[in-house]
Formats: sequence, structure tokens, C-alpha cells
Amino acid sequence: MAVVEREKLLEVKNLKKYFPAGKKGVLQAVDDVSFDIYKGETLGLVGESGCGKSTTGRTIIRLYDATDGEVFYEGEDVHGRKSRSDLKKFNRKMQMIFQDPYASLNPRMTVKDIIAEGIDIHGLAKTKKDRDNRVYELLETVGLNKEHANRYPHEFSGGQRQRIGIARALAVDPDFIIADEPISALDVSIQAQVVNLMMELQKERGLTYLFIAHDLSMVKHISDRVGVMYLGNIVELTTSDELYEEPLHPYTQALLSAIPVPDPELERSRERIILEGDVPSPINPPSGCRFRTRCPHAMDVCAAVKPKWQEAREGHWVACHLYDEEAVKQNN
Amino acid sequence: MEKLLELDNLHVSFQTYGGEVKAVRGVSLSLEKGESLAIVGESGSGKSVTSKAVMRLLPNKIGSIKEGAIRFQGKDLAKATEREMEKIRGAEISMIFQDPMTSLNPTMTIGKQIMEGLRKHQNMSKSEAKERSINLLKLVGIPNPELRVEEYPHQFSGGMRQRVVIAIALACNPKVLIADEPTTALDVTIQAQILDLMRDLQDKTGTAIILITHDLGVVANLAQRVAVMYGGMIVETGTVDEIFYKPKHPYTWGLLASMPKLNADSKELLAIPGTPPDLMNPPKGCPFAARCPYAMEVCLEHMPEATNVSSSHKAACWLLDERAPKVEPPEAAVVGGAR
Repeated sequence: MAVVEREKLLEVKNLKKYFPAGKKGVLQAVDDVSFDIYKGETLGLVGESGCGKSTTGRTIIRLYDATDGEVFYEGEDVHGRKSRSDLKKFNRKMQMIFQDPYASLNPRMTVKDIIAEGIDIHGLAKTKKDRDNRVYELLETVGLNKEHANRYPHEFSGGQRQRIGIARALAVDPDFIIADEPISALDVSIQAQVVNLMMELQKERGLTYLFIAHDLSMVKHISDRVGVMYLGNIVELTTSDELYEEPLHPYTQALLSAIPVPDPELERSRERIILEGDVPSPINPPSGCRFRTRCPHAMDVCAAVKPKWQEAREGHWVACHLYDEEAVKQNN
Repeated sequence: MEKLLELDNLHVSFQTYGGEVKAVRGVSLSLEKGESLAIVGESGSGKSVTSKAVMRLLPNKIGSIKEGAIRFQGKDLAKATEREMEKIRGAEISMIFQDPMTSLNPTMTIGKQIMEGLRKHQNMSKSEAKERSINLLKLVGIPNPELRVEEYPHQFSGGMRQRVVIAIALACNPKVLIADEPTTALDVTIQAQILDLMRDLQDKTGTAIILITHDLGVVANLAQRVAVMYGGMIVETGTVDEIFYKPKHPYTWGLLASMPKLNADSKELLAIPGTPPDLMNPPKGCPFAARCPYAMEVCLEHMPEATNVSSSHKAACWLLDERAPKVEPPEAAVVGGAR
């Protein structure tokens, strides 16, 4: 397959987000993360709880101020001092869908007002009728109907609420949507409904997604490329097929082998890499490679030097000394 | 094989302001010695309520067993008094809960919490109980058990806490262990550790496990037999191979088809349209009929009887009636290729 030069929509460069923790402590939630998102693609971000995947998403959209690093949206820096109108401009292009459909909708607002909030702020509707029509259209787009507009969130099931969340994100006609664990709170059969809806919308509207989740099989299904995070770092990033067929980083390998597959015969015959211990604290992360304390292939060099973020194969990035000839030589 | 636990036509209801919610509507199940049975279903399908009824842990005033029997070692637990149940809970049947953060007492050392059951049920002395707790912690893979036995739950990580909960559950060598979503709150790599531990412990102790989960991957990993629940009823039961490779009920097909496969190309997921039934006014016929793509007139009116597919495999679906049209499961529901 020929590699087409694709247009970058979002560039994340050396992004860091630290939180104060205790008197002198600093929690390094996201530490030096760089990646690009191309127009029209879905980039998946996976990792276990506390790895910084949600913080990455929230920092990109400026729900948190970055400690360091840059985020460029179509070449323009999202962070730094911005005027109100500049921020408004970004907010129209970038929207977010949240994990918990019970907590992310205001219980005292009708569905119509929830969805129309963005329309009002950006002045996208001239008349009341125009506003109503836009809301009805959005409801239909996400598989609800017009009669739902005057109801309150508690009258809906989890899956329906997530559809309302999606309609709200679509209201300002964004190009880029960050979906932070959009399906984790839903039942399996409902998860498939929401994922199918998101994929359809992407096809129709040419949306770009950053899809954050801990469920690797769902991420593989929806994403073109996937990044794996561990303790504030991205350890591997490549196309979703390659990641599942040939994972390079020992953490990715362990993560993939840990997922139980709904196929009993396969489960019986599968060799698992079971990681020892727990994820270390991000307040005082291990030196060098952060995964080394649980890594079955850890070498001396892993404790001393932080592995470089390098392209081990075309389009396949990994941060691990095993794929760095110099580091391996140095170690021996 | 010896039947250890038998549920016979169990009905459980809750009284609410809106009316009676019929959460479990006629569940019959049996558990044999040393086997692991998984109960699968979505939230609200009645899987947790069934297990709570067995333990008689239904909320006092509003929840009640309406009908049916729970036979355990010659006794009907549905009619047992609270006193009799106290002798059974923790000693004969014990339970692991979903969230290890809330199922431990934060004000007691974990040693004390393990010793509680030992002291009560096995009349052990303090020193004996402590020694046994240390052994149990070792058994569930907690390093430095002599030191950690004196620590409090907040000093443990989520995975470690779940190990402690398992140690408490196994303390008195129960015959049945009910695990209600034991790994749902854990990360995948920690989940793998806990599943490994549970399988290992079952080999060692011979405890029968009832595993309640919505995750078919966990089922394939741990269970020997599976019961699929929907709308308060069991719609299909069979061995794990029968359920995954020869499923007969359209709901089981739907569950299998709506999960993305790691080892296959991504096609569109086959979602089950609609939402589960309202158990305040449960449908007259098959609970799945409203969402079933193969529903016939009879499905809306009459509940299908469980039909024997093989000696171990049963499904409650009108499609299995000889007068029904022959329907093949959708391609997306086929697990692991043709078999």
C-alpha cells in the first residue's frame, strides 16, 4: 500500500501535565508525550487506569493547562495566552464526549437546552425555530427523535444518554472529537450500538476522533492507529492491525496477552504473559524506562537511560531499549 | 456428579414506589461439586439478584423470594432462618464482590478481617487464626504476609485488595464461592493475575465457583458451564463450548456478535437494537422478543419452554420448536471459525 502524505490535523509536541501532590510532591500524569493525528482518522489511546490517557485528552482540549509542551491544531497553538474569541474558535472545532453519561449531562436542563448550549454560545441559530430545528435534526442523527427534546436526562437509559452526549458534541459542527471512554459505562449490546453510531457519523461528516479507552478490542475495532500509554508515557504507536499482529514493546505484548478472548478453546491454549506487581506511583516514577520494574526483559541500561522514542519500522514507533541497537550494545 | 446447590424455579421481587419489580422470574440452576458455572447477562438481567438470593442478602424490607427453592446440602435456603444462614455464610458459601475498595472495612487491619470468619465458624484461637491468615495471604500471592497482615486496606492496591477479599472468602474452606464481577473494577493486567489465581485456587481447594459477569472473555477463561440470563430468566445454559461454538438462542448470538474480535478483521459490529425490558411490567412472552430479529407472533404471547439441545445444553426459544422456520446464527456470532 502506497503511503499517502496525509494532512496533520493535530500535533502534540512534548506535552507534559503535572499535578501538585502533597507538600512537595509532583504527580507526573503526562510526561513528554508527542504524537500527530491526521485528518479523518481515529487515533486510539489505550492504557490502564492512571496511565494518563484521559489527562492527555483533557489537556489537548484545554480542560487542563499544559505544564509544558505544545498542541497545534491545524498549525495553531492551542495553549498559551488566548483571547476569548480565539478560544471560542477552538471550541467550535474541538469537542469532547465523556465517559459517564449519568454525570456529564446537567439533570436540571432539558435535552433541548443541553444540546443547544453550544448553538447559543456560538450564535449558530438566528431564530428560536431555527434552534429547535437544529436540535431535532441532531436528535435524529444520533438515533433519537424529536419527542425526546423536552425531556430531562433521568428519563433516558445509559445508551440513550450517551447519544445525547454525542448530539451535544456535534451541535457546533466540530471537525475533531475527543471521546474519553465513551462506552465503558454501557452494557455490551449497547456499546456496539454507540460504536456503530460513532463510526457512521465519522463516515458522513469526515470527523477525526481521539478515542480513549481501556478496552483494547473495542479500540482496535474503531481505530486506524493506536497509541499505548504506560505511567504518563506513550510506549508504542502504530496502525491498529500492526499493533495487534506484531506488538514490539513488552508492555503492549503483556497487555494484549492479558485480555481474555471470548473463545474458550483459544483461552485454553493461549500462553499468557502475566505481569508481576502493580503500576508504580506516578508521584515517584522509576528512573529510566518507567516499565522496567515489571518488564520481563529489563536490562541494566533500562534503569539508567530513558529509552528514545524512535521509528523501529515504517510508521511503527516504540520507546524501548530492546529496539535500540546502541543501547543493547552498551548494555553488554 | 453430585449436585451441590440447586435452584428450583426461583422468583425474586422488589417492592418499590412504582410497583413490584420482578427481578428474577423462575430461575432453575444446578451447581456440581468443584465445577465453575458462569452466569452471564447485562445489567438488570437478574444475575446479581440471583446470587444475593442464594446468600439471603436481599435488602430486608423491599426484596423477597416470592417462590421457589434453593437446595443446599439437603436444606432449603429460601426458608432458612437468619440464624441458620449465619452458619452458612462465609463457612459453606462465601462471596467475593465487585469492588475491592468498598468490600473491606477501612478501620480494621486485614488480618483481623480474615480472622473474623475463622474465629466465628471454626472456633480457632487468636494465634491459630493469625497463623492461618498469614498462610491464606501467602496462598493468594501477597508478598511479606507476616508484615502485611497488620496493615489496613488503604495500604493495598486494588489488585492486592481483591486478593485479600479472596483470602477472606476462602478462609473457612467453603464449598461454594460466589464471585460477583470479581475483576470488573480491575485493570486488564491485574485481571489476568486474579483470574489466574482463581483458577489455581480452584485446582487446589476444589471449591465450586459461581462466576457472575458480563464479560464473555472472562467466561471463556474461567468457566466450565454457562447460564445466559436475560430479563430475569435463564434463556440458555450449556457447557462453555456449547455456548460459544453452538449457541442456540438469538440473545446469545447477539451477545457474541456485538463483541469486537481481536483476532479478526473489523466489520461492523452487530448491535442488538433497543433496550432490555422493564421488569415492572415484564412482557408476557419471551423477554427478548421485542429486540429479537427472528421474533414470531408466538414469541410475544407465550414464553417458550426450555428445550433440550443435548444432555447438557438447553435453550428457551421458539425457534427450536419443530414448527418454527430454521434459522442460522449470524456470521458475526460465529466464534473461532466453523466448528
